[in-house]
Parts: sequence; structure tokens; C-alpha cells
Amino acid sequence: MESRRNPRAVVDPKVRQVGFFTSSQPDSTHQPDPIASESHPVASSISPSGNSLSPVMIPPPRHNSSDTFLLRAAAAAASAVSPSSFSYSTRRDFPDGSMTASPGRVSRASFSKPSSSLPGVGMDSMAAAKSSSVPASGLTTVSVVNMPPGLSEKESDQKKNSKPLKEKTTKAERRALQEAQRAAKAAAKAEGGKAPLVSSGSVASTNVKAAKPAKPSSQKNDVAVAAPGPSEKKGGQTEKDRKKDAPHPRMQYDDESRVVKAKRRAVVKQTEAKNRVELFRHLPQYEHGTQLPDLETKFFQLDPMHPAVYKVGLQYLSGDISGGNARCIAMLQAFQEVVKDYSTPSEKTLNRDMTAKISSYVSFLIECRPLSVSMGNAIRFVKNRIAKLPITLSESEAKAALQSDIERFINEKIIMADTVIVKHAVTKIRDGDVLLTYGSPTAVEMVLLHAHELKKKFRVLVVDSRPKLEGQLLLRRLIKRGISCTYTHINAVSYIMHEVTKVFLGASSVLSNGTVYSRVGTACVAMVASAFRVPVLVCCEAYKFHERVQLDSICSNELGDPNAISKVHGREDINYLDGLTNNANLQFLNLMYDATPSDYISMIITDYGMVPPTSVPVIVREYQKEHSLV
Amino acid sequence: MADTTQKPDAISAYYQTRAAHHGVITSDWLAQAQAAVEQPDSSVSGLGPAKSFNVIDEFNGWRKQPDLAEAVAAIRAMAAVIRASEATTMMELEIELKKASDTLKSWDKTSISLTAGCDLFIRYVTRTSALEYEDFNSAKSRLLERAEKFGEISCKARKIIAMLSQDFIFDGCTILVHGLSRVVLEVLKTAAQNNKLFRVLCTEGRPDGTGVLLSNELSKLDIPVKLLLDSAVAYSMDEVDMVFVGADGVVESGGIINMMGTYQIALVAHSMNKPVYVAAESYKFARLYPLDQKDMAPALRPIEFGVKIPAKVEVERSARDYTPPQYLTLLFTDLGVLSPSVVSDELIQLYL
Repeated sequence: MESRRNPRAVVDPKVRQVGFFTSSQPDSTHQPDPIASESHPVASSISPSGNSLSPVMIPPPRHNSSDTFLLRAAAAAASAVSPSSFSYSTRRDFPDGSMTASPGRVSRASFSKPSSSLPGVGMDSMAAAKSSSVPASGLTTVSVVNMPPGLSEKESDQKKNSKPLKEKTTKAERRALQEAQRAAKAAAKAEGGKAPLVSSGSVASTNVKAAKPAKPSSQKNDVAVAAPGPSEKKGGQTEKDRKKDAPHPRMQYDDESRVVKAKRRAVVKQTEAKNRVELFRHLPQYEHGTQLPDLETKFFQLDPMHPAVYKVGLQYLSGDISGGNARCIAMLQAFQEVVKDYSTPSEKTLNRDMTAKISSYVSFLIECRPLSVSMGNAIRFVKNRIAKLPITLSESEAKAALQSDIERFINEKIIMADTVIVKHAVTKIRDGDVLLTYGSPTAVEMVLLHAHELKKKFRVLVVDSRPKLEGQLLLRRLIKRGISCTYTHINAVSYIMHEVTKVFLGASSVLSNGTVYSRVGTACVAMVASAFRVPVLVCCEAYKFHERVQLDSICSNELGDPNAISKVHGREDINYLDGLTNNANLQFLNLMYDATPSDYISMIITDYGMVPPTSVPVIVREYQKEHSLV
Repeated sequence: MADTTQKPDAISAYYQTRAAHHGVITSDWLAQAQAAVEQPDSSVSGLGPAKSFNVIDEFNGWRKQPDLAEAVAAIRAMAAVIRASEATTMMELEIELKKASDTLKSWDKTSISLTAGCDLFIRYVTRTSALEYEDFNSAKSRLLERAEKFGEISCKARKIIAMLSQDFIFDGCTILVHGLSRVVLEVLKTAAQNNKLFRVLCTEGRPDGTGVLLSNELSKLDIPVKLLLDSAVAYSMDEVDMVFVGADGVVESGGIINMMGTYQIALVAHSMNKPVYVAAESYKFARLYPLDQKDMAPALRPIEFGVKIPAKVEVERSARDYTPPQYLTLLFTDLGVLSPSVVSDELIQLYL
């Protein structure tokens, strides 16, 4: 990570340059980087002065860190207006993998971090100008969707690495810049940008964010670069820019151009939610319900997609599979099928081709439903195993090894981890306890069932909330086993908390600062419990831990279907909001996750034992050590 | 001593030992002294009759020494097990040790340092890969040597802790001490030897009477001492600069388990912004995680009120309480000066 910071330090504050600068020096030095670098955006190490971009180019990508940025290369790189290449290669990825296809391009890509972070002044137009001339990148190795050539590559290059350099420009320079941008903007508009430029047009493209396809890799890279990611984007930027920059390596959905581009490439056609909440515009917002029939009919037509993966994607979309563990296991089993049916095409190596294939499948899954942290970690594991396969293995041996690795991951990290968690957690349940749980966490359910088998006398309070009403499923399963339960909604949680002795919660992920990222409503329950001095125990497997840090529930979240809020299932008479869905003054917000601060958590039960929330980074460290040695 | 594990409200052996060390006469001590007189050979506890060697006896023997920490006594007992063992392979020896450790742990469930010491030793035995490669006899002697060294480590630990805490005791400070911890005593002794000027307020420490004992010790060192009633702690907290306590055990959350009254004092100190320092050796780190006061195995001890209590009146006889980590400022251990959250880090590294 250190290298990432250095370049910024190198910047000579007096020389603020707008746009990119051509300089051949950095070029040569950086060429090997993209190939060699890990998920760190090496490009970020390029100092602004080192950019080989021409001065009047599109603003540097402001997005962070993911490798794909390397590819994206600063769009502008090199030539004045035809950045060509990059950009699209969004197919992620792997620095080691897909690059081999076009080493030449790679070098250019390395600089993608256009260092100059242009101030919000019509940067978009520059981007627009640039993108218009950029043909689809030839770097894509496997793409699910054909990239329409000559797309508005607005985003393209903007490799995120936003080096937030605000450079001082002389008046003349600025004026020239503005002219250029205006011209570019006009050109772009003429080209028929679908994205209506919101507010001052500049807003739209300024958010150059990784295109959707980049998402999976960015998701992956998230793990590695999450920390540096946010740090990349600082710098004196305007309010708008900062808002867009702030979120980290995922695709920022407020960038119109990117969204448009992503849509064209997408397999799943998402319909945009009409009224979007301003604060959450950086998150993907769609209405899920409409795609299912459409996708089902396409089942036999999608060649590049493996049927198992397609099936899992549809199951995510329809909500049949939900919950971190279930989704992760389904995805891994689909990948096992993929590996089983895989055969290396000629002239490709198994490692790289398989990795690219997996990445494409992951991007499809993301389109169906954004990845959960558990899935992200599992994908990282799979790619890691693929990368570590010795070249000497024959194809069948490699496939068998990979399948057994995935099997082992599922068994050790999920199934056996759950048994260890149950073993620890039942020691905390005493006779006479009143246990409260929220939603339907699989780990907690197992704990309660096991405690019941051990003949402990306790009763359970299930707290539930709309619109998902997941608690009802848990309730059914508990009642079937004869556990005495009480059921209530989250509005009543402060009313019943006085009789609760312990609270058991599940988690989608636990972050490095001890924050628990879990189903929306969990934070509320934990806070009320803490106010009543009731201990809160979180049951979470160690593979779901993540080294990123999140301070609030806004910067990273998932939005659900807004219509689910306005309708009540089974009660057609509650239709007060029927005519208002398109009203400009009314916005629906359906969040899926929230972040619970560590102060409200008494203990986290993992397969590494019972630990306080302050020890999460220790476990993340041990976990990574274990994996790198394996 | 009778087998205390059968009765749920049995008296904690650990606290009996401490009482014995402190020379406190309690009713149960009198009772068992009486019993001992009447039945001279009742001391053999019912362990595996086939074994001529009894680890509990051994442990009891070591435990009686007032200067020896409980964990060290346990490890010395385990060393004796090794010496008396007739095993011929490492695996067999490990099994025997495991059995002995389980016996010791079940004999006194309430002693945390005993459990922690046994676990540490077993862990050392099973995890040391060097042992696998040597031939059996040299491995055995290495284990014995390690067990012996543990005793010295324990003494050295106290010295290290005393040295580390010197920086925190400044001239003219007032220290509040609760309970009679040998480590804290060492700290104060060293400070006195370094010619620091400070005074000590010690709580009476009923029912053990630790306050009186401590003041005896301190006055021998010419340290000004003031005795307080347990209830006078809040009253005197204003003039206190820091609180020093020992620990019977340090738990995974970073909190400590110590003599009854520690939690109270920590709460008062915290609300008045006085630092609470804990002096504990690293072998007292245990893999427990109490959620509240009642979440531990109960450790009961007899409480004398000096007058007859009516039979219907219940007495809270618990000997210890749990202080959560948010009320503790720093832990002085032989691993260094740690904050409470580091305990879990150490435990994970040790036990994973």
C-alpha cells in the first residue's frame, strides 16, 4: 500500500496540471507493473507528472483502485483524442491473467490513473470527447456481451484511481480546457448519449466509475485494495466530485454514462427505479421483479453462460436463495459444475482462461444481485486456488484438484465452522434464558436447535420486519421442533427488551473495526439491547470477515425493490401509495443491510472461538496467513 | 480435603488455599482441621485407585507453599506426572498428561490460573514440533526441564511486571490497592526500593482480611498505609491517583476475574476518571468469556460475620467477581504493558 501513497507525495504542488501530460518516462517504467502487480492499482503509483496523457484529455478516472483500472488506462493515455484501447476491457481482472492477450495495451493501461483529477469543471465533457473516439477495447478476453464499439466511453479510462490532484491551472489553460470540454460535450451529445445529463451535465460523467463488468474484479479487489481505495480519493475536489469519489471500488451508479454502457452489455435487463434517493445514488438500483420471465426464456440461448451459473443467478434474482451462507454455497457448487464441464480451449492456459470465465460468471451473478461479502471472499479463494495450480498438472488433475478445493472450502469454512460456532454458543445459553433473535440467521437457528436438543430450558423471541418478513421462516422451523417462541415486529423491540436475557444475531460480514454488517434492522435491535444492558452475541463464520472498514450504512449497501415497500403482500386494500410511485416528491428507499457499531456488540462467536469485537483484525490476519500458506 | 466437586455449593478450593496462605482462620478450615485430626488418613482423595501416583496429592503438596502461584503448582504436579510415568512413546505420555490435567481441572473448577496453567502446558506439549523429532527420553527430559523452568518464569514474571510498572508510579502519588496479590506486592516493594515516595490506601478486604495483611507487609517496608472500609472506597476516591489490583484470571474479553469488590472499585474509579491498573502474569490468560457476573463457575467461600446469622437469611458467598474491560485502563504483564483488547490477540495466537 505504501507505494500507492508515494506518488501523491511526489506531486509538486506548484505545478498543477490539468489533464494528462505526456511523458515517456513513466511509461517504460510502468510497463511491467500491470502484469506484475496484484490487485493494487499500480497505476496509482504514477505520479501526475508521470502520466503519458496528453494535456487536454479526459479527466482521470476517479474511481478507485481496482486492477481493472490498469486496463483502463488512462484513457487518455497517449494520444490526444483516441485513447482507444482500454477501456473496455473491463473484464477485469486479474493482473496476471488476462493481460497476456495484449501486452502492448497493457503498458498503456498502466497509466490509467490519470493523475490529474480535474476539478469539476466540465470534466465530463472531456470524458465525453474522449470516449466518443474510443473503440471498444480489444482487451476483453471473454465477454458475455459484445461491446458495442464506439460506445461512449465516457468512463472508460477513468480508471479510478483517482489521484486527487487538484492542479492549479493558469487562466489560459483553464479557458482552453473549458473550450475543449464544451466542444467535446457537444460532440457527445450529438452522438446520442442516452444518459440525460443531470444537473450540470458534469455531474453525470464525472463519476467515472468502474463499469459494471469491472465490478466483480473490483469486488474481488475490494478485499485487497479496499483499504487503500478510499484513501485514494481525497484531494481537493468539489462537493459533487467528492460525493462520487467517496465510494470505493464498486461501480458507481450515479454515473450515467457508465450505467448506460453497462446496460448495453448486460445480460439482465434491469429497469431503473424511477425515483431514486439522492444519498444512495451511488448504489445500483433496480426493480427485480420484471426480469425473471425474460431471463427464463433465454435459458437455452446464452452460449457463454454455464447453465448451473445461470440457474443460480435466477435463483438469486427471484429471491429463492437468500442469506450469506446459502448464496455462497450455491455459487460454489455452481462453480464446481463449471470446473467439471470445463475444457481448456487451444492456445490458452487453464489458469488464465478459467479465471476469466469465472470472472464473467461472477459479473452475471452481480447483475442478478450484488455480491455479498461471503461470496466475494469465496470468489477470491477460488481465483487464488486457480492461480496457484501448478502448471505441470494435466487438465483433469487440475480440475479434480480445484473441485476438491472448493469442496474443502465449503466443508471447512462453512459447514464445520457452523458446528464449532454452535458448540461455543450453547455454552452461553442457560436454563431460564429468554433469547432474542432478529431475522433468520442460519447460524443462530442452528444454535437454538442444538441447545434445545441438549434439553436446555429457554424461550425465543423472534423479531421480524417488513418487507422481507424473514423471521416467519425461522419461527416455523423453531416451532416445529417444539421450542416456545414469541413473535413480534421490530417496532416493538424496545417494549419487549426488558424481559430478554441475551440477544443472538447473525451477520453478513464483520468488518475490521468490529462493525457488524448485517440485515437492515440489526443495528436497531443491537442498540436497544445495549441500552437495556442485554449482552449481544453475533454468530459469524470467519470466512465472512473482511478487512475493510465501514463507518456508516450509506457508503456501501444494497438497495432492494422499492415497490416492496409500498405494497403489502396479501392486503390489496392497502394501496394508499398507488398513484404516487412516479411522483417526483416521493422516493422509496428499501435498504438491505446496515452497519452495527462495535460498541453495541458484546461478543462475536466464530469458528476461531469467542472473541471481542476488537479482535477481528487479528482473525483476519490469521485467516490470511493460513490461506497464503496453503 | 474432601472432594468438592460433588456438592454444587461446595467451597472453592482455590479460595481456601488463599485463605490458608493468608493465615486466615475460617470456620471451614477449623472443620477440616478437626476432621484431619480425627481421621489421619482421610487425605487420599478417590482418584484412580490403580495409580500409585496421585496427581492431586502432588498438586496439593505444591499448592500449600504460600509463595507459589497456583499455575506453577499445577505445572510442577504435571512434571511429577511425567517423572512417574511409564509411557514409552510421546503419544502415550501426552494422553497421560491430558488425563492428569483433566483430573486437576475437574478437582477445582473455580481456579482459573489452574486451568490456564494446565492448558498452557498441554499446549506446549502438543504443539512443540521439536519433540516429535527427538527420541523419547530426550523429549521427556526436555518437557521436565520446561516444567521446572516454568516456576522460574513465574518468579521472573513478577519482577518484570514490577519493573514495567515503575514508570507509572510517580512521586507523591496515592495508590489504592484491593486484595492481596503477590504481584502487586512485588510492584510496591520495588517502588519502595527505588525510593519513590507514595502512599497506599488499602481496603479492608473482608472476609479475607487482606487489608490487614497487606498493611502489615507494607509497614515493614516503611510505606505509609491507610486502611479503608470496603464501603469507604468512593469516599476516598478523590484523593486516589490510581488503582492497582492483581487478577485471579484474565479473560478473553480483556476483563479480569478477581476478589470480590474489584468490580465495584473499578466502577467507582472509572466514573471518577482514575486509571485502574491490573498486574497479572501471562499464564493467567484464560479462554473464558463471561457475559455477566453469573456467567462463571461459582466460587463460594464461607463468610464470617462474627455473630450468629438466623438460618433463614441467605448470604452471598461468592468469592470473586468479573470486571469488564471497559473499566480497566492497562494490564501489566510479563509480555509488556497491554491494553485490554490485546488479551484476545495473545490468546488467539497462543491457542490457534
